[in-house]
Amino acid sequence: MQFGIFSVSDVTTDPTTGRTPTEHERIKDIVTIAKHAEEVGLDVFALGEHHNEPFFSSSPTTTLAYIAAQTDKLLLSTATTLITTNDPVKIAEDFAMLQHLSSGRVDLMMGRGNTGPVYPWFGKDIRAGIPLAIENYALLHKLWREHVVDWQGKFRTPLQSFTSTPRPLDEIPPFVWHGSIRSPEIAEQAAFYGDGFFANHIFWPASHTQRMIELYRQRFAHYGHGDPDQAIVGLGGQVFMRKNSQDAVKEFRPYFDNAPVYGHGPSMEDFTRETPLTVGSPQQVIDRTLGFRDYVGDYQRQLFLMDHAGLPLKTVLEQLDILGDEVVPVLRKEFAALKPAHVPDAPTHASLLAAKTAKEKVSA
Amino acid sequence: MKQRTLVVVAAGLSQPSSTRLLADQLSAAAVTAAAERGIELHVTTIELRDLAHDITNHLLTGFPPGALKQALDAVAGADAVIAVSPIFTASYSGLFKSFFDVVDKDALVDKPVLIAATAGTARHSLALEHALRPLFAYLRAVVVPTSVFAATDDWGADSAEGFLQSRITRAAAELATEVDRREAATVTDPFALTVSFEDLLK
Repeated sequence: MQFGIFSVSDVTTDPTTGRTPTEHERIKDIVTIAKHAEEVGLDVFALGEHHNEPFFSSSPTTTLAYIAAQTDKLLLSTATTLITTNDPVKIAEDFAMLQHLSSGRVDLMMGRGNTGPVYPWFGKDIRAGIPLAIENYALLHKLWREHVVDWQGKFRTPLQSFTSTPRPLDEIPPFVWHGSIRSPEIAEQAAFYGDGFFANHIFWPASHTQRMIELYRQRFAHYGHGDPDQAIVGLGGQVFMRKNSQDAVKEFRPYFDNAPVYGHGPSMEDFTRETPLTVGSPQQVIDRTLGFRDYVGDYQRQLFLMDHAGLPLKTVLEQLDILGDEVVPVLRKEFAALKPAHVPDAPTHASLLAAKTAKEKVSA
Repeated sequence: MKQRTLVVVAAGLSQPSSTRLLADQLSAAAVTAAAERGIELHVTTIELRDLAHDITNHLLTGFPPGALKQALDAVAGADAVIAVSPIFTASYSGLFKSFFDVVDKDALVDKPVLIAATAGTARHSLALEHALRPLFAYLRAVVVPTSVFAATDDWGADSAEGFLQSRITRAAAELATEVDRREAATVTDPFALTVSFEDLLK
């Protein structure tokens, strides 16, 4: 199982000091955070894409390439890449490039974004959100698998004898996850292609995530990619930890109360009960996270939201230390012991290359 | 007897509230009127005061906490709804509106709804027609022709014979008739796909 962190890349005032970091600070900090994720033994770092304040991450492949250059093992991913407003041709090229530069340490997560106004900024229409996600991905899928592409669709100019460059590393497209909070169509899309499905998980009740994953697993089997429990599932999670759980509660509360998305709304206690948010000791985080398996089944990737809501860099790095030292080693062991042999791990470039080589040997 | 469900939504703020009192009289009258048509009505009453924090949290986070989820599911699955609001500043109360803001936009389609309101004086009575009725028309509910308004004065009259009681009886009969002519309500599963992915790809 893969463990990691995902960042929404918000620039938020620290409510305890009133200080707002500059974009430059946050951009430098995110590199430090990603490098530290590798240092503490995490597997994945995923970065969001936004084109509006207060977010800084408009160019994920640039950032991820810079991080790739300073890490060795860390798998770089996105959370999410906007499949609606980005040109699929540019996604195909940017991520193939990143694949080469990072020697295959790349996958990505498709999403539709969280704000309506972004559509017209890129010449698109929000009313076509789902059709855009479907058509753009169909083209991206083709560009990575066919050398010369002739293509015509509704949302961009046709392609004639087009080859996206560079070709994917070893002719193996990056593995794709489809992320969604609430759209069954996206679970269906992930199932149709046999891609991974990532449930944001952190903003909605567990019962909702359970239904989405159930749908994805059933449809994954329906499209002939394997049994429902062999589908590739990822989950978000949100935690804040201190050795003593009361210290965690006390320290995190002002950040929770003023956070973007849910701040000034439910109490931290309400939100902890209704969603996977866990504020407490490392053991509480271990117990809660192991409990996710009870309602989604054996899954392949767990990403935690760590740097957000104005938490200072020092605190985020401390959280990563706790995650890497005390939480993830236990989770790795426990999840591995529970997982049946026929449930696959999340595909990586190395595993896909090995499978491809084995297949070529058989046919040769 | 046919089994049907009635959900009563009462937005009164004080306890006890005249809004709840009116809601209870309407639901009792609806049960009687339904029984006369061979229908056993099972009543669930939702006091929005109890859900006020949940409703605000839903507006801010996008999902309903447990108790509010139950209330929303009850409304969506009901065969009929009685909605009663106090009139505040020339319209339904903010809490009443906020609740119907988080009801799924299709949950009330073709659902029989009886609208009612309370206020200090009869001068507010047309708020039912210029505020509540358009709200439910927008949601494509079937609002029965008789709406019921009760001012403080109405509670002073003998409720068994007063003008208010005759309106309650008439509105309840209209609601029961609408329930009688419909099949039991069904709820669409939001996770059920209505189109195949192959069709979406075209």
